[in-house]
Amino acid sequence: MFRYTVKRLLGIIPILLIVSIFIFMFVHMIPGDPARLVAGPDAGQKDVELVRQQLGLDKPITTQYYTYISNLLQGDLGVSMKTKRPVYDEIAQRFMPTFWLTVWSMAWAIVFGLLIGVISATKRNKWQDYAGMFSAVSGISLPSFWLGLMLIQLFSVKLGWFPTGGSDSWKSYILPSITLGAGVAAVIARFARSSLMEILKEDYIRTGRAKGLKENVVVWRHALKNAMIPVITMTGLQFGFLLGGSIVVETVFSWPGLGRLLIDSVSFRDYPLIQAEMLLFALEFILINLLVDILYGVMNPQIRYK
Amino acid sequence: MANNGIVIQSSEQVTQREVEKVRTPFLEFCRKFKKQRLAMVAGCFIVLLFLIALIGPAIAPYSSIEPDYENILSPPSMEHLAGTDAFGRDIFSRILEGTRISLFVGLTSVLVGSIAGTVLGLISGYYGKWIDSLIMRFCDVLFAFPGILLAIGIIAILGPGLGNVIIAVAIFSIPIFARIVRSSTLSIKATVFVEAAQSIGAAPRRIIWKHIFPGTVSSIIVYFTMRIGTSILTAASLSFLGLGAQPPSPEWGAMLSSGRDFLNTAPHVTFFPGLAIFITVLAFNLLGDGLRDALDPKLKD
Amino acid sequence: MNDKLLEISNLKTYFFSDKGHVPAVNGVDLYINKGETLGVVGESGCGKSVTSLSIMRLLTDTPGKVVDGSILFEGRDLLSLSESEIREVRGNEIAMIFQEPMTSLNPVYKIGQQIGEAVQLHLKYDKRKAREHVIKMLKLVGIPRAEEIIDEFPYQLSGGMRQRIMIAMAMSCDPTLLIADEPTTALDVTIQAQILELMRKLKEEKGTAIMLITHDLGVVAEMCDRVVVMYAGKVVEEADVLEIFENPKHPYTKGLLNSVPKLGQKTNRLESIPGNVPNPANMPKGCKFAPRCTQAMDICQEQDPDLLQIADGHQCRCFLYQRELTKEAQ
Repeated sequence: MFRYTVKRLLGIIPILLIVSIFIFMFVHMIPGDPARLVAGPDAGQKDVELVRQQLGLDKPITTQYYTYISNLLQGDLGVSMKTKRPVYDEIAQRFMPTFWLTVWSMAWAIVFGLLIGVISATKRNKWQDYAGMFSAVSGISLPSFWLGLMLIQLFSVKLGWFPTGGSDSWKSYILPSITLGAGVAAVIARFARSSLMEILKEDYIRTGRAKGLKENVVVWRHALKNAMIPVITMTGLQFGFLLGGSIVVETVFSWPGLGRLLIDSVSFRDYPLIQAEMLLFALEFILINLLVDILYGVMNPQIRYK
Repeated sequence: MANNGIVIQSSEQVTQREVEKVRTPFLEFCRKFKKQRLAMVAGCFIVLLFLIALIGPAIAPYSSIEPDYENILSPPSMEHLAGTDAFGRDIFSRILEGTRISLFVGLTSVLVGSIAGTVLGLISGYYGKWIDSLIMRFCDVLFAFPGILLAIGIIAILGPGLGNVIIAVAIFSIPIFARIVRSSTLSIKATVFVEAAQSIGAAPRRIIWKHIFPGTVSSIIVYFTMRIGTSILTAASLSFLGLGAQPPSPEWGAMLSSGRDFLNTAPHVTFFPGLAIFITVLAFNLLGDGLRDALDPKLKD
Repeated sequence: MNDKLLEISNLKTYFFSDKGHVPAVNGVDLYINKGETLGVVGESGCGKSVTSLSIMRLLTDTPGKVVDGSILFEGRDLLSLSESEIREVRGNEIAMIFQEPMTSLNPVYKIGQQIGEAVQLHLKYDKRKAREHVIKMLKLVGIPRAEEIIDEFPYQLSGGMRQRIMIAMAMSCDPTLLIADEPTTALDVTIQAQILELMRKLKEEKGTAIMLITHDLGVVAEMCDRVVVMYAGKVVEEADVLEIFENPKHPYTKGLLNSVPKLGQKTNRLESIPGNVPNPANMPKGCKFAPRCTQAMDICQEQDPDLLQIADGHQCRCFLYQRELTKEAQ
């Protein structure tokens, strides 16, 4: 088990490296002179050169990259062009709201998604199946911003149950996490259903029934554990969807998180901030996938010994 | 009458066999697809959408860009089926015109992404070794970012606008197609008939095109249809965030964005464009589901 | 004195699909006496597996359904039992082992858990007693290191070992009838011999009746008391084992026996039955074997013969032995 984990950990290092290069090159990929971009269109040539020196843009690219990485590892992410505050502070301040939003969204998405998926699989081709699967396909087709706005309109404005924005109380978590979780719940439901249906055709399920076990036991004890293995992997991948979706949902609900920060910084062309956020998102995503891999190993004993 | 060693069959049995229809894969597909009633409905709806995209502006009751300050933010009525927006423009007409934009964006971006991805997948799967590793690493990097994030990043580089949205969505579709085509390629490559073709000295390009590619087509089609739905959603989201289509373009996401300020007083301004997005994406997803169920021989419910 | 443990009458199991229905089992009659071993023989697709699944009503999640007939087990009709009643029979009074030992065990649960489940359910043992019982069963089926194996996962064992585990699981609640569906087909010949030996030993010690489904006539000769030959969803011949081998009546049975080469047989070609098993979706009218039969007569193309007794303890479904009918047709 330990060796498996270590192998996986080592495996992500090359990806991280390439991703960091990619993000580093970000500023250089923009058409135009990066120094001028930072200095602004009104700056004179002398100021541009000053900025170039300040940012070390006159040095060879490899040196720049080296500086970038070493700064990164020391926690220096640069300074926001808009607020002139350290990027690190800007991000740290908004990390927890996004974190909690993501966690709650994922939680209810898993619960609902699994429930619907399992019920659909066991009541195959009956009305519960059709209802469940139609909800699921609707869930993945819903624009999250539309859902969010409609929920606000109904529950906040008309009924006044929940606040329209901000993250002050626990109540303000409900609508945003429903909105963010809907898409993921739908994907999980569909996948859980097909995975469970596949498993139910397996020989060992027939053996279970031949032993005289109740159908409930066969499904919930024997089939589910096997069916969950691919579902867990897929759920991990869905975290990426959540991270991406949080950008839109945070905008809709005026949520003080990383997503909204990213949009603001893109509109403002605040490159140090953009770079840091993209790196953070990518890192989160990669780490979650790693965790899912390891969890997969825990659940499926065969993989551990391969 | 029994003869030793010779089997006699009645004429009835012989005709029985002749009457058996020849079941080609295509006919099987058509039969199975027809059973997916929901997908058929979705398919018809999509044809309707294309019609609207083509002739929409001509049949729209009102102009989609001319303001009418007499009728600002009026709710749905007989004259304005979906009400009017902050400039008095008829929302229904704008939605009709927006159909063209959404379909265009959806199709083009997925077309570009799928072609590029397929080529990469075929090369990667067939030639293997270092080129396979290279392409897969490239895909892994692209996969390290959630889709919309990658699109935002690309927009951050290229600047806002619908054209850049198409490029962004195309780029993040590439690794998906590359992966599935690569895995199809690997499994087909291992089949005996490819080995046979190689042994008679057929050129790799010919093998890939004639033997391997046709086998990958069914998965490509399914993914293609479903990605159209996703890309329309992504494009609308980007426009909603202000990074895609800009006003006064009647793109659905942009319409939602501008309607947001009037959510309290005039919810219809956000409701109808959103509904349009929802139904369109739903139709493509249902179609994709139906195609997948009809094309995949393993799925026998 | 009714010795019959299991009596199947006119069993019909159809498979339903969007193209219509297929009669996999089309009117099967057979019986098994207490403690005897019945061999069920036939080619792939003749309906023998489906018959066994129908007995245990294990057709959930398949497109199959029993549409007619009765299955009397110790006097009760299994087909009319409620779901909870048949569950009490499964694994307890009737047990089943399958063809593929490699996939018949749940990969994510330990061996002990899987066998213990049945024991805890039917015999109502607590965990500790169940564990002792499982170890005893594992030793009984000849598994070395039973105390360690009980905590291992199936993928750590070979095919032969897994089939022994399946047998242990099946026998754990002391069933009166064991249904074995091609238990040795997927195993090497040497392992096959071991498994058959094990089954024979268990039969002698416990007096379990066995329904042994196989297409291997050698296995039949070694293990069975009586034999039933199936073709196209029906029984075509039934007799005790010696009679079947020495005095086969039905042309199909004769064909099967002839296709097995014998030692010392001087021949250049191996014999086979011409043609193919009929497509169940497209059955010929009349006798289902007629298209392949070297002795087919006119009446065989028109009518399907009944299964009639032609001698003591010997039944056959063939017009050749039903003189009165053939005379009428001519």
